[in-house]
Amino acid sequence: MGAKYDVIGGRARRVDAVDKATGKALYAEDLRFVGELHGALLQSPLPHARVLNIDTSRALKLPGVKAVITHKDVPATRYGVSPARYDENVFAIDRVRYVGDEVAAVAAVDLETALEAIELIKVDYEPLPHVLTVEQALAPGAPQLHGEYPGNLCAEVHQEFGDLAAGFAQCDLIHEHKFVNKRQDGGFIEPQHSIAVYDHTGQLTLYSSTQVPHYVQRTLSMVTGVPIGKVRVVKPYVGGGFGPKAEANPLDLCASFLAMRTGKPVRMGYTRAQVFLHSRARHQFFHTMKTGFKKDGTIVALDHQCYLEGGAYSSFGIATVYYAGSLLGGPYRMPHMRYDGYRVYTNKPACGAQRGHGCVAARACFEQQLDIVAKDLGLDPIAMRLKNIMENGDVTCNHMSMSSLGMRECIEAVQTGSGWQEKRGKLAKGRGIGMATGFFVSGAGYPIYRSDTFHCTVTIKVQEDGGTVLVKTGAAEIGQGTETAMAMIAAEAIGIPLEAVRLQSGDTDYGVDLGAYSSRTTLMTGHATKEAGLAVKEKVLTALAQELGIGRERLDLKRGLVEISGEPVDFSAIRTKYIKEHRGWTDHPSGGQLTFTEAARVAFLKHGTIIGTGKYKPPVLGGQHKGAAVGTSPAYGCSAQVAEVSVDLETGQIKVERVTDAHDCGQAINLTQVEGQMEGSVSMGLGEAMFEEVKFDKDGRVLNPSLGEYHIPTVLDMPEMKCIVVETGEPNGHFAAKEVGEGAIMPTLPAILNAVHDAIGVAIDELPLTPERVLKALAQAKKG
Amino acid sequence: MKKLAITLVVNDTEYELLVAPNRTLAQVLREDLGLTGTKQGCQVGDCGSCTVLLDDEPVNSCLVLAVQVSGRRVRTIEGVADGNRLHPIQEAMVEHGAIQCGFCTPGMILSAKSLLEKNPAPSTGDIRQALSGNLCRCTGYQKIVEAVADASQKMGRA
Repeated sequence: MGAKYDVIGGRARRVDAVDKATGKALYAEDLRFVGELHGALLQSPLPHARVLNIDTSRALKLPGVKAVITHKDVPATRYGVSPARYDENVFAIDRVRYVGDEVAAVAAVDLETALEAIELIKVDYEPLPHVLTVEQALAPGAPQLHGEYPGNLCAEVHQEFGDLAAGFAQCDLIHEHKFVNKRQDGGFIEPQHSIAVYDHTGQLTLYSSTQVPHYVQRTLSMVTGVPIGKVRVVKPYVGGGFGPKAEANPLDLCASFLAMRTGKPVRMGYTRAQVFLHSRARHQFFHTMKTGFKKDGTIVALDHQCYLEGGAYSSFGIATVYYAGSLLGGPYRMPHMRYDGYRVYTNKPACGAQRGHGCVAARACFEQQLDIVAKDLGLDPIAMRLKNIMENGDVTCNHMSMSSLGMRECIEAVQTGSGWQEKRGKLAKGRGIGMATGFFVSGAGYPIYRSDTFHCTVTIKVQEDGGTVLVKTGAAEIGQGTETAMAMIAAEAIGIPLEAVRLQSGDTDYGVDLGAYSSRTTLMTGHATKEAGLAVKEKVLTALAQELGIGRERLDLKRGLVEISGEPVDFSAIRTKYIKEHRGWTDHPSGGQLTFTEAARVAFLKHGTIIGTGKYKPPVLGGQHKGAAVGTSPAYGCSAQVAEVSVDLETGQIKVERVTDAHDCGQAINLTQVEGQMEGSVSMGLGEAMFEEVKFDKDGRVLNPSLGEYHIPTVLDMPEMKCIVVETGEPNGHFAAKEVGEGAIMPTLPAILNAVHDAIGVAIDELPLTPERVLKALAQAKKG
Repeated sequence: MKKLAITLVVNDTEYELLVAPNRTLAQVLREDLGLTGTKQGCQVGDCGSCTVLLDDEPVNSCLVLAVQVSGRRVRTIEGVADGNRLHPIQEAMVEHGAIQCGFCTPGMILSAKSLLEKNPAPSTGDIRQALSGNLCRCTGYQKIVEAVADASQKMGRA
């Protein structure tokens, strides 16, 4: 493999690692601006109430306060993620809908003063009855959150593919299974932080810890009324996102309005508790799956129903409710599928997208059911999966094309890698081994707003003096390694070493990039980066060919050196000229080959600055049915995992001992980073399986809004992980690459659930797997 | 609030500062000294991002009032490398891909540094124990543990 590529496929150090290891990397909260003010938010203490009056007079009189704003001071423009459900206002106009809903904001000379001013704002509320659960929200006569969405139904989906009735008629066994997860929090370590700067030319610049500078730019322009050409969003380093940072948040908007009002830079940050209130993280899903099988284990039909507890606003929820159904179309062949999904408004913080968007609980339910049915049919769970597995070129019943799918390779890799044959059915009491699979999109096939826009554009400028190139992309590095991957792709495409590439990213001034969500960047921004790199190479080599008086086709670039095929060519004039231009320099090019540096200089001297551009948007994909846009992608990454657990039958305590994980990413751009995504996915999935749950009291207040009370995995919780990278080559990927960031989380929950089932003989259909829940399941099993 | 005069020795440099008694060491490091490498993920001692060494012991600097530690030595992430030469722990973290978003990295490195100063040849269990107060949401910790183990070996050989 080593010979195939010079840069990609290796284990290059991350381009940002040294800055991050030395404390030099700057995150939003680390930025400083002369004369900056500190902002604070007033948030509703009630889950549902009419706002009768807001009195800001005392706050305004507090020395040091520069501005106090409420709904009266900002346009009533509604915004959100999906244009089909813009249901949020910057501030509550007449009603608050959850504990945390924004009512007012203050800018002051320091944070203490801003917080004191918040305390001085008097709001008269008239409490309204509230709903906290799906059942309460859907009950007849329930209090309504949004007049235009009656019945508290934010969105519903009804899809049928194939012929469900005919499918069930062929089945030998029809099994019904229910499953429920819990609300999860993003748990990123950096709380959101935003700083807005508004200058005298009317330009608004926002520095935000966001995953999606492009969408934040659009929302800011739409809501503030500042022309989009004068709104710039800059993403400094971001301390993790995982989905909840994939939309414009109240800090982005409030800081902008306060900066416009005061003429001063304004910073605003969430406390950890406010991160929980903003949420936009994993929904709670209630799945019911009726699945039909033949007695040899062939999957025939699925009748699937799901309710999502959504919180007070839509956020990504429309996409979430579609995703919860659509990605069950694979990775097993299944000709008939019906899905009815309902996302329900409640008086709680809004849920949104989180790693494995919409699909994680659905996958857990389906894979757990497969294990239960395999047991009933007397089949090995792996054999049953292999019997149904899709292969390259298969198309799901809902029109998703598996242009490459190394699912079989992944299953076989974890089967061997975990020692499945030696362990399954042969472990001591209280020990279990389980497996599951999953897959995910390599980028959403369509932008969030309807548009023919390119999903990304990339510019590569060759530095005028030669030697290095500068890649500019709006892509969002949030920890996943985008900067390094794009630098490697640029180097590979041009034919220069990684060290010759500099890269700037995360700024809307650098072009369009839809951002870090739906595992899109490696495939999509990668395509644009490669195209820009090839354009640079073409321009440089064409100029060089002219200078040498030979055909362009005789020239190539490899590892920073010019390769000339055929007869030897005298290039001494070029070298002499370069050296003359650099009298006094000590790093003159030498050796028997021209360098990229000399070639790039020749090109500059002929044409001026050399720039290559690239762009990408996926081809038209998927079916014509309503909702076809959700789940379609140019490529799908897939995973299989085996989990091994021990369960203390006295206390119900589970320990995940080992996870063997295989993922097909098409072609690794950077092997170390691929493994990093796989290991991180296991960690987030393990947290959700084992202990993560955002809890509320009866008045809709979060009971555990801290990283002490809301437990994310520590190093002591993590098992030994063995990662196997599978590379089957993706025809729709540049350099054959596709996703790893989210497909890798899909099997984690069900692999653990199935291992626990194997260990204790009972399938637990509710998360998290607390000792109490395990003991209850054991006691129930004993009762029979 | 009346400010008090304190002295801090941060990364071998002595600073004389006037600070309000309610300000934390993390705030003073970040805001007064501009040492923003010390991160704040929770401000209540849950996440470990603000870990610094106080007289060589790791502490959550968000739980320490600056006035409590007058006269004491503080080491932050900015004082770990020797000029442009990375500390072996930093080198190993970079090399092993133990850094993703990087927000937990400074605290993680300081916890590891304290461990290796006390226990130059730790077991994997020792490393896990020493890092158990530093939360990371990106990596699943495996490459961090590998990096610290590798650093301990390289430092042992040096």
